[in-house]
Order: sequence, then C-alpha cells, then structure tokens
Amino acid sequence: MLPSSPSFASSRAVSSEGRSSVRESTTSGRFADSRLLRDVVGVVVIAVAGAAGYWLFPDSLALLTRVIAVALLVLSLDLVVGYCGVATLGHAALFGAGAYAAGMACLRGVTEPMTLILIGAAAGAAAGLVMGTVMLRAHGLAQLVLSIALVQLAHEAANKASAYTGGSDGLAGFSPSPLFGTFEFDLWGRTAYLFGLVLLIGVFILLKFVVASPFGMLCRGIKEDPVRIRAMGAFVFPVLLKMFVISGAVAGAGGALAALSTQVVGLDSVSFELSANSLVMLVLGGLGSLYGALVGTVIFMSFEHVVSAINPFHWMTMVGALLIAVVLVAPGGLGGLAGRLFPAAPVKGDDRGGQS
Amino acid sequence: MQTVFSIAIDAFAYGMALFIICIGLSLTMGLMRVVNLAHGAFAMIAGYIASYAQKELGTGYAVAILLSILGTIAVSIPIERFLYRRIYGSPELTQVLMTIGITFCVIGITNYFFGPTLKTIPLPASLSAPVDLGFRAVAGHRLFVMACGLIVAAGLWFLIEKTSFGIRLRATVDNAGMADALGVRTQVVYAVSFAIAMGLAAFGGVVGAEFLPIEPYYALRYMVTFLVVVSVGGAGSIPGALLACLVLGAIDTTGRYLMPEFGNFFFYAAVIAIVCIFPRGLLGRAQ
Repeated sequence: MLPSSPSFASSRAVSSEGRSSVRESTTSGRFADSRLLRDVVGVVVIAVAGAAGYWLFPDSLALLTRVIAVALLVLSLDLVVGYCGVATLGHAALFGAGAYAAGMACLRGVTEPMTLILIGAAAGAAAGLVMGTVMLRAHGLAQLVLSIALVQLAHEAANKASAYTGGSDGLAGFSPSPLFGTFEFDLWGRTAYLFGLVLLIGVFILLKFVVASPFGMLCRGIKEDPVRIRAMGAFVFPVLLKMFVISGAVAGAGGALAALSTQVVGLDSVSFELSANSLVMLVLGGLGSLYGALVGTVIFMSFEHVVSAINPFHWMTMVGALLIAVVLVAPGGLGGLAGRLFPAAPVKGDDRGGQS
Repeated sequence: MQTVFSIAIDAFAYGMALFIICIGLSLTMGLMRVVNLAHGAFAMIAGYIASYAQKELGTGYAVAILLSILGTIAVSIPIERFLYRRIYGSPELTQVLMTIGITFCVIGITNYFFGPTLKTIPLPASLSAPVDLGFRAVAGHRLFVMACGLIVAAGLWFLIEKTSFGIRLRATVDNAGMADALGVRTQVVYAVSFAIAMGLAAFGGVVGAEFLPIEPYYALRYMVTFLVVVSVGGAGSIPGALLACLVLGAIDTTGRYLMPEFGNFFFYAAVIAIVCIFPRGLLGRAQ
C-alpha cells in the first residue's frame, strides 16, 4: 500500500516519541495546565494583533479582511497537510465552493451574514467530502495529480455555469444585510474586518480542540505511519475523510467571508494559483502548527502587497528563493526555525509533535 | 470527414509536441523519483533563448534550436548539482515546494532580463508552407513536429534498451545502492539523465511553441498539463508517455474543435477517471 515502508529503526523511534508525548499530555496535569495557558496567551496575542491592525491600518481594512479569509483557507489546509500528511494542491476548490455558495444564497434572498457563513461552511464541507472521497483513493503522486485535476475541473465548471456563477465576469450584485440588524457592511470594511477577526478567533479555538482531541492524535498517527495505525485496529479512510470535511467547512467559511466582504466572487477563488499560494504560506509558517498557518499567511500576504506593487516579477523571484531557502534551511518553516532558535519560546512546539 | 481528418492531424501533432516535452519529465520522475514541477520552466528558458537568438542574433531556426538546447543544459547543470541533488529521495511535498520555488525564480529572472512579452519563434519558409499529401494539404510544421516526436521516441528507446549507458541507467533505477557497489557511478548517471531530460524539454519547448506559445507565465500555465500527462502515462515509461500524450492530445483537441465553450473540462474529467482507475498510470510499473 505504501510507496516505501520506513525502516524498523526509524519507525520504532517515531512511535516511542509519539507514545511518550501521549503519556505526558494525558497523565501530567501540570503539563496540560501550562499548555492551556499557552493557548490562552496565543489567542490573546492573535486578538491583540488583529485589533492593532484595525487601529494602525484603517485605510487598508479590505486587504486585512482578505488576509483573514485566506488565513482560514491556510488553517484548513494545515489540517489536511500538516496533521494528516495528505499533500494537496487543490484546496482552493473548497474555498471557492464556500464563496460561490454564499454569493448565490445572498443573491436569492438569504442576506443574514451569520447564515451566509454557515451556508459557506456547509458547501465547503460538502466539497471536502467529494474531494476527500476521490483523493484518498490514491497515494503519493497520483493523489497530488488528482487534487490538481479536481481544482481545475471545479474552475472549468464555475466558468461554464455562468448562469449561476457569473462565469469569467464573476458573481456580483449581492449585498448582505447589516450584521445583527445594525452594523452595515460599509465602504471602509470595518464591520467586515471585525466580523472576520471574531470568526477567525472562534474557528482557531475550535480547531485547537479538534487537533488536541483523540481524533486529532489519530490523524497525526496516520501521518506518521498509516500501516501501524491500521494494525492497531483503526480505520484510516473514514478518519481522514472526517478531517477533510472539517477542513472543507473551515475553508468554506473563509470563502464566504471573502464573498461577504468584497461582495464579488471571481474565478480566481477556485484556481490552482490560490491553492499553490496557500500551500506556500503554510510551509513558510510551518506545517502542523496552527500558529504557523497564521504567521505564514500574514507574512506572505503583506510582502506580496508591498513587493508586487513594485514589480510582480521581483515578487515571483523572491517567493521562489524563499521557498528554496525554506526547503534547504528550515524544513519546519519559520515556526520551526523560531522553535529551534528559542527552544523555550512559549507558543512553539506545543502542537508540532508530528514533525520529523 | 474533413473535420475528422483535421482533428486527427492536429491531435497527433499536438500529442507529439506534448510528448517531446513530457518524456523528459517522465524520465526524471520515473528514474530519479523527483516530482519536477520546474520542467516547464526549462522549456520556457529554451523558448526565450531561441526567440532571442532568432530576433537579436539573426540566426536560423535550426541554429536557434541547437543554441537553446545547449543553453538550457548549461543552465540546468548547476541547478541539478546544487538544488536537485539535495531532494533526491525526499517526500513528494518537499520536492513539490522546491521545484515550485525554482519555477517562480525562473519566471521572475527570465522576465527581468528579456521583458514580459509574448515571445515568438518565427518558422522558416520551408516549415510554414503547406505540404501537399496528394489528397490534402497539411501545414509543414505539423509534419515536422510529428517526425521529431517519432525520432525522439525511437532514439530514447535505443538509448535505454540498447546502449551501455542505458544498462547502467536501468541498473541505477532498479537498485541505486547495488549499482553503486558494482562500480556504476550513479551520481554521474543521474546528472547525465537530468541533462538529457532538460535537453528534451528545451527541444520540445521550441518545436512545440506553435501549440504552447512561449509567454511570461509559460512555466506555471503548463506545469499542471505536463505533470498530469506524465502521471497518466506512468512515470518512467516511454510507451506510457506516448500513449498518454496521444490520448490526452486527442481528447483536448476534439473538445476544442467540437465544444470550445467547455475549455479544458473534458481534459481534466478524463484525467480524474484515468488516475482513479490506474493509480500508477496507464503503463506504469508496480513498485
């Protein structure tokens, strides 16, 4: 089943490491306490950074909202790539499903923002179910190619079904009603930004529970050694499919947020480029760490904003060089690098147990 | 009947152009186990060199092809030595990231030096004129591409099956450690086959420029197409790559002729179906 089975020595080392971390996290109460404290601090830091963005850049809140929407996509990608070890280059299909579902629902009279986010999440989850069912049949290269083919197929379908999606012109002309009946989605994007920030923090806390749960541990185990997990009596496929659905819901919510804030859904939201870029952001920040996903998104998108305004080709050279450097120098991304430089850093290394 | 014939000619020529580019990728992926998404980037470098040679240096078509192949190989050797050699045997994700990075760098740097415009590679008069086959005239360039494709396929088959280099290559593929112990210099074998693959990419990029025009984002735009063709055919298999190129070329061309509004829809639907049924590709070997 596996392309190459790992040597006995390495698999034994990995498993004993994993087992000791399980024992620590379940039996040592003090450890759990410090971990909870770290996560609370982490969430507070995110909230403070978000509020700082609101006060420091009041003129570019639209961009910041876009960053939040993409951060949700990268978080969802992290669930699949970082925690399950399933390489995909087609995750924007789930993001786009959420965006288009929210846009279409809004055009047809459902304008309440919270409902629209839920609709987007549901559409993303459904798309995740389909994508997972197709992708998880294969392994390795075939899996990667399937993910690309799926996102391209979704792209062509969205382009073709212009009666529903607006085709290459994009889906426009919908306007969500005010949040809680009072806060308008205004031109400056204040409501959209704060709404997005709260959504991001909520999703982040939820995902922290998901990845720390026995289910999350099982996913990480599958990433390390699927054969061993199967031998333990767990079914691999349903577990991964469940993670795919959760990931789809998160990506769909991100897509819906993007649709609400810009009030237009373009074909680029189901593109291979967005999928590849989100993978780059994730790797830049560090695989298998929810903080890494956020850090990578913020750094990537702010640099993109600055450099590509000067010359888009300089931007491509820079991203390319950065990617090569990350692969050669810091396989764990910036998060991993920071963890290595400052081993006692409070937010690092808590959920990167699966790194090898 | 006319339509069927012109679809067949176009599909065959397009398939052959794809084949010349993709067979190099199939070699690197099947033999060296590197998912090289930067393959199209090397074809793009070749296209830029050929265009530059013809427009600025005033050389002929044949000389431009030769220059572009040599230039691309010259560029690829240090890249193989310093970057690819570190990712042999790494997980797919690492290889994908590294090669996407190389692609981005190539796009950025080539467009910085040559300018972000569509690069044309003018055909000589002998190739642009239609050739009368007796019952129908066919563009000479189409016939040229088909001939090139067949020659490349035959030449590669001869190289791998009949020469001593081919024997060493196959030994390295089957068991690199054992081949090394028996005195095959595997590093050299890898470097030479990488150079051959890049040379083929360069040749295909220039010859196939009529079908896949050389433009600033060439490497990104066709990255997916090349990868898909190779995985459908089965990495490392020459007949597999040939079959995949002809089948996918036929599906793509037929779709464009008969239902242009669907774009690449049928192409990717066919890819998903084939990959689901044959996870190792049409003629890929079990590992």
